[in-house]
Amino acid sequence: MMDFINFHLMPGIILGSIYALGGIGISMTFGILRFANFAHGETMTLGAYFAFTLIQLTGWHPIAVLPFAMILTAVVALGIDRVFYKPFRARPAIMLVIASFGMMLMIRSAIQFSWGVQLKSLMPGIQRPYILFDALRISPKHMLIIGSALVLMLAVHVLLSRTKIGKAMRAMADSPELARLTGIDTEMVIRATWVVGASLAAAAGVLLAIDTHVETMMGFKLLLPVFAAAILGGIGRPYGAMAGGLIIGIAEELSSYAWIGNEPLLAPGYKAGVAFAIMVAMLIWRPSGLFRGKVF
Amino acid sequence: MAVLELDNITGGYGETEILHGVSLKVEAAAVTVIIGPNGAGKSTAMKAVFGLLRLSAGRVLLDGEDITSMATEQVVRHGVCYVPQTANIFPSLTVEENLEMGAYVRKDDYRPRMAEIYDLFPPLAEKRRQAAGTLSGGQRQMVAMGKALMLKPKILLVDEPTAGLSPKFRGEIFRVIQDINSAGVPILMVEQNAKQALSIADRAYVLVDGRNRLEDTGPGLLANREVAEMFLGAGGASVGAASGVNGSGAGSGAGSGANGA
Ligand SMILES: Nc1ncnc2c1ncn2[C@@H]1O[C@H](COP(=O)(O)OP(=O)(O)OP(=O)(O)O)[C@@H](O)[C@H]1O
Ligand SMILES: [Mg+2]
Repeated sequence: MMDFINFHLMPGIILGSIYALGGIGISMTFGILRFANFAHGETMTLGAYFAFTLIQLTGWHPIAVLPFAMILTAVVALGIDRVFYKPFRARPAIMLVIASFGMMLMIRSAIQFSWGVQLKSLMPGIQRPYILFDALRISPKHMLIIGSALVLMLAVHVLLSRTKIGKAMRAMADSPELARLTGIDTEMVIRATWVVGASLAAAAGVLLAIDTHVETMMGFKLLLPVFAAAILGGIGRPYGAMAGGLIIGIAEELSSYAWIGNEPLLAPGYKAGVAFAIMVAMLIWRPSGLFRGKVF
Repeated sequence: MAVLELDNITGGYGETEILHGVSLKVEAAAVTVIIGPNGAGKSTAMKAVFGLLRLSAGRVLLDGEDITSMATEQVVRHGVCYVPQTANIFPSLTVEENLEMGAYVRKDDYRPRMAEIYDLFPPLAEKRRQAAGTLSGGQRQMVAMGKALMLKPKILLVDEPTAGLSPKFRGEIFRVIQDINSAGVPILMVEQNAKQALSIADRAYVLVDGRNRLEDTGPGLLANREVAEMFLGAGGASVGAASGVNGSGAGSGAGSGANGA
């Protein structure tokens, strides 16, 4: 039983909270700007590299540089939107999708060019896990990851439910045309969406890097489960993306638990397939997702 | 001078032209009604005011000022408020949040106005914390109207506010529209329920196939033989009669099934 919690459920929650942070941005840009942003994975990578450099410069703890990495990433996202996406706003969405695909390759190349392709680490050394209640093992860095993700999700909740711009973001995810007809400053909402989406993506990248390491393909590998989280929760539904991220993360980890007999149900190598399977199943049977999102 | 004027509007969506030279005026303090068969272009004419249409000719004038190429948000900021025919609320936002969004462009305190809206539509006050998408059709329509009224509009455009509502709600909505108008707000309304709408109209237009067909005072059109045949039917079942026109091909054929979409 403790094995189940320590080696499957906890890793699932940790992975899930990282997916949740990434999923919010995908879901909101999809809902508000109406396109699947392929560059979102690279945005996560960029956040992790910014954190790496900030740590090199300051010697601070990764969590201390996290806010600054988020701000830098948000600024880059705003710049990219202004230069590359805004000119396509009135065009068919497929053009934006293709533009974001190009942007994905450009950001990745820029990262490889600037930082090289070797693995880097944000938190050197191995930490001994805390042992709680004699049996629950959790390492300090995992507590940090879960704690940071919770704080960020709470902040998103406050933004979306208490502030004018947050409510306008939800309104625009419901209907961009009605938002315009209501007099909502839609360009401002779009900028806010990039800031929220990109800074949470950066956080997801940094938290993943704390758990593992920094690497140029790390964000791209997250793209599929993060899309799955957004679709599972419902496009344009930030709370859905949070729930979807947690579910996908936990499902991936639980898939390799020995549910029947002593063998893992699925060889751990097939974990990524779980997110894909959930995504395909949702698209077939309930494309609006758990939280009744948009269907395109 | 008219508050709002469409002057010879020609245009449509993409390549197809829907409107072929539509003109109409909304005078200060007046209720102006547009009727016409399904697919005639009534909603399209309203969208032209907000720059949601590709125009190939014509102008939109607000207080005599040309707003033809003004951005949608700017038109709203000028006090032109609009209740679209469909998708006129934010379903995942609560009733209160919908009203707040209606006040988005206001910089001053909108709380007193919100209280007035709740007085106007008492059922909304009880459901203020409920997601608007979970309300009944009549209550959604109240949210849509309330949201548009948060701005104290210079003019209010409403597109088929009573479509699909029970007679009780229909009367309620008509009552509110007359109240708003007697407070001095000019109204442009599209209605399928021709008899009731014409009876409160100061000015009314019949649109067929993207063109002006008839124009008169409300009572004038009510007395018109052509209108009686087209919209009022023998039993006065106006909605059914209007659809009948479309079905029989007098309207633009492409419009069939557009109603209630
Ligand atoms: N967004 C759109 N894109 C393309 N064509 C449209 C669009 N909206 C409406 N149309 C077409 O324009 C024509 C006029 O539609 P419109 O909605 O203005 O009619 P209407 O008079 O309001 O009809 P109804 O009584 O059914 O509301 C129809 O043929 C319709 O199919
Ligand atoms: Mg219509």
